[in-house]
Amino acid sequence: MTSTAHQPWAGATTVQPVLSAKGVTKQFSVAGGHFTAVDDVTVDFHQGKVLAVVGESGSGKSTLARMLLRLLPVTSGQIIYEGRDVTHIRGTELRKYWQDVQAVFQDPFASFNQFFTVGHMFKRSLRLAGQGVDTDELIARCLGYVGLKPDEALPKYPHQMSGGQRQRVMVARALMMNPKVLLADEATSMLDASLRVSVLNVLQDLRRDLGLTVLFITHDIGQACYLADEVIVMEHGLVVERGETDKVIFEPQHEYTKRLLSDVPDLKGSLKHRV
Amino acid sequence: MTALTAAPPELLMRATNLNAAYSADGTRDVPAVDAVSLEVPRGQILGLAGESGCGKSTLGNTLAMIANPPLYVLSGTLEIAGLTIDLSTLDKGADARHRPHRGQIVSMLPQGAMNSISPTLRIRDLVCDVVRAHDRSKSRSDALDLARDRLTMLGMPVRVLDQYAHQLSGGMRQRMVTVISTLLNPQLLIADEPTSALDVSSQKALIEMLIHMVDEKIMGGAIFITHDLPVLSMVTDQLAIMYAGRIVETGPTAELVHSARHPYTSALLAAVLDPTRETRTKTVEGIPGSPPNLANPPTGCRFHPRCPFAMEVCARQDPPLVGEGIHSASCWWAKDHPHETVPLQGVSL
Repeated sequence: MTSTAHQPWAGATTVQPVLSAKGVTKQFSVAGGHFTAVDDVTVDFHQGKVLAVVGESGSGKSTLARMLLRLLPVTSGQIIYEGRDVTHIRGTELRKYWQDVQAVFQDPFASFNQFFTVGHMFKRSLRLAGQGVDTDELIARCLGYVGLKPDEALPKYPHQMSGGQRQRVMVARALMMNPKVLLADEATSMLDASLRVSVLNVLQDLRRDLGLTVLFITHDIGQACYLADEVIVMEHGLVVERGETDKVIFEPQHEYTKRLLSDVPDLKGSLKHRV
Repeated sequence: MTALTAAPPELLMRATNLNAAYSADGTRDVPAVDAVSLEVPRGQILGLAGESGCGKSTLGNTLAMIANPPLYVLSGTLEIAGLTIDLSTLDKGADARHRPHRGQIVSMLPQGAMNSISPTLRIRDLVCDVVRAHDRSKSRSDALDLARDRLTMLGMPVRVLDQYAHQLSGGMRQRMVTVISTLLNPQLLIADEPTSALDVSSQKALIEMLIHMVDEKIMGGAIFITHDLPVLSMVTDQLAIMYAGRIVETGPTAELVHSARHPYTSALLAAVLDPTRETRTKTVEGIPGSPPNLANPPTGCRFHPRCPFAMEVCARQDPPLVGEGIHSASCWWAKDHPHETVPLQGVSL
């Protein structure tokens, strides 16, 4: 697997964003009122950029992602994809949207049907997408992106693969739809450090080679630091800080960002004061 | 007091020659823990690190005396609290005798324990269950008093006892199951991936609580199992690095993190992503290849197919134990390069 060093980010682009959320709010009804999970969030995703959303559990990161994926209706606000309002599209339009905006979720152990081989799952995914292309060639190409070989991966059942392999298969499955945007919701949290970097490098390569736009949701600032061009920090449904990765991580302005950074366990530090 | 510091710390637990295997289809054994010996000094936390599938959790289950089929303990003795327990006979009729030891001597906090709180019961019901399972003479109010005192001591809100699991955050749930699993003041707590599902702030709260618990002598010591090296370096006194069922390197945490003697340790350290300027510009490669199939492990050193320093001898012979004092590694490279640290760049080609 090859991977180049980070390119310095070319500053704010003036081109139209691929995907944007405008004033998106989500309220859940709870006993005795409403709970606002995502509060008036406006965010733009630019072509070929990796945007990381960081924040602790319950900060609304995943709710935002699920709304962008149109898996959860918004309470108010708009989702704009390639200049079109997709907040309320349905039917074939929505299916087309789901082809363009794909997702990889946190748990690589829960996103598989245990009774299907990888090959079977891929064929089913393609049938749902209704594509008439050369499926074998497409599958081989997408598995190649994530460093897997078709003849090794396709006959395997989920239990025959490691966590990292499963997550890479999930990335390959998402890529088969030829998406413009990939949402990775804590996609690497359950992997151990070595596999984690290999999945992050895959995302890095795809961004560079295919111009894929990536929304990377994580609570791990170290991963955001490695991968992202831009970082958004969320707290209690609000965006409290946003900007280029270097700015947000090395010169944090908001108290919450500073606290998140100070909570990151440090390999060279220790909380133990005893000898 | 000062005169005592030179004496070696009193040993809390010693496990010798543990061998455990999964029975795959009745005839074939897959050894998951292979000739592992561990020691935990009193009042210390030992970290157990390694990739997924290296046998960390299996080792934890073996030590916690909760090995169930298809996992079989083939051999191994556990010396703790003046007892010598033959772990391989636990499942052969001696079970009832050792039941009180589970939870009281060795307490296990399994992976994902925070999701095991019944959604229909209050936290206080779980507290009563745990306490009364070990001591029928204790009443509900005794159990609750114990829990209240413990929560107050750790600076946690007592109202949690009257709440249901869904009313608590993930971090609070995890801290509660940790408190409940140590209510009986176990000698040893084995915590399996307690921080993996938590965000950084909850992680920090949990590890601070664990350190507090050891300092307050709520438990004699702990084994902390995770693949997250930064978390381990915050909380542990000593580290044991496991690869393919074997311990490849052990040592004091600070020393091991700064001067790894085994290439696998070094590779794990190289894959850590800190939020630093260096991380912004460097390219980290994972360890090439994948962990071996334990049903058919490589000969000699099990890491040799993935090791950038592999020599001809590595494939042929088991590596020797190299090292002085408590920092030791099983590696041919370390034998040829005494007192040298594995260069980090060498393993992240």
